[in-house]
Amino acid sequence: MVAETNHPLDALVSKIGKTDVLACYQCKKCSAGCPVTPDMDILPHQVIRMIQFGMKERLLNSKTIWLCASCETCTARCPNDVDLAKVMDVLRQMAINSGEPLGDSRVPFFHSAFLSSIRKRGRIYELEMIAKYKLKTREFKKDIKLGIMMFLRGKLKLVSSKIKGKKEIKDIFSQAKKGVTG
Amino acid sequence: MKISYYPGCSLHGTAKEYDESTRAVCYQLGIELIELEDWNCCGASSAHCTDEFLSNALPERNLKIAVKTGMDLLVPCAACYSRMMTAGKENPSLKPTVKIRNLPELLREEDNFNRIREQVKTPLEGLKIACYYGCLLTRPPKITEVKDYENPQTMDDLVGILGGETVSWPYKTECCGGSLAITHTDIVKRLTRKIIEMAMEAEADCLVTACPMCQANLDTRQDEISRDEGKEYNLPIFYITELIGLAIDGKKSRRWWKRHFVDPMPLLNSRGLI
Repeated sequence: MVAETNHPLDALVSKIGKTDVLACYQCKKCSAGCPVTPDMDILPHQVIRMIQFGMKERLLNSKTIWLCASCETCTARCPNDVDLAKVMDVLRQMAINSGEPLGDSRVPFFHSAFLSSIRKRGRIYELEMIAKYKLKTREFKKDIKLGIMMFLRGKLKLVSSKIKGKKEIKDIFSQAKKGVTG
Repeated sequence: MKISYYPGCSLHGTAKEYDESTRAVCYQLGIELIELEDWNCCGASSAHCTDEFLSNALPERNLKIAVKTGMDLLVPCAACYSRMMTAGKENPSLKPTVKIRNLPELLREEDNFNRIREQVKTPLEGLKIACYYGCLLTRPPKITEVKDYENPQTMDDLVGILGGETVSWPYKTECCGGSLAITHTDIVKRLTRKIIEMAMEAEADCLVTACPMCQANLDTRQDEISRDEGKEYNLPIFYITELIGLAIDGKKSRRWWKRHFVDPMPLLNSRGLI
């Protein structure tokens, strides 16, 4: 929890997120409107304060950054135009790139399974994506009934759809620096 | 009119009835949908949460194909719409040449709005509807350019000309939890329960959405929520195009209802709508 002095966290997050985290005056409107606060370990307004204090480690291994549902309520309501939803994206990406243990495993596993389906086919193939996700979380029984009911309603395809421009998609992924799939 | 159509992964899978009803309604209104050739997934939350480059490059590939068609691009999924709009803003060379449209906005346009009004055969009389916009159709306003983002009206206006009664309620733009449904189901059950309870308190018979994530989260978990809470939750969750389709050409709608988890037939029957 030592404040970083060489590369101040607030300047870094502001630059990547194209927003000014120093503009925050702690009115807490973001936390008041956030739908996920009951499950968070750090509240949205505290996230901004901790960035200002350079508390990088606490933020990057928090649960909060993975529970944020990207609903954009905070960003829409901030009186100082702090793009907090974007800040959450920046922190998640920093957490992945840090290589340190993450504050939640399910959400990163999900994103990894989701992106690997796109990389392979250009589109999502739900059955494969869910199978990959379950292999990582070992929660095999969860939502099986839901899956069967989806299938019976014609909502789950047995055959994947692939696109012609698969090579273009591969190129896009190889240009991407280092994501969860990298 | 002709328009490029980007169904996105959901409308080809879990939101099939949204795709079917969108195609049916657009056909009736004389809007010709030309599916965007060889479109790819927009990257959704997984791209923007984990990789800045992917979050722009994946939608950009679609936008570049759309630019070549010279037509506007219709994106019915609210999540895909948000990713396309964001990528368009990030890459200003694409934005002015292709106009990205969401469904409620396109159908609310004067010509289409009037055509719907003229074609209503079965007014949705006696149906009390809570219009649920969720997050990404309206937020963040700097991307969507929506002015009334805390109290949007497009779907309320549409339901109005269909003869349905909209309820006034405060959860129009609350979040359903999105993709947390798979990873943190309890959070999504809490959020959707609150939304459904609020709609019930406003005396709505059903909810209407224009987002595949919202529809799935609200529709598929009511059974589980009922068991958890020891109380019955069974509010049908419609897509806006399903209600328009029902009002202008009821015959086609039957197969859509079979794809729902909460069966809308008893409600529609009781109001004499099918």
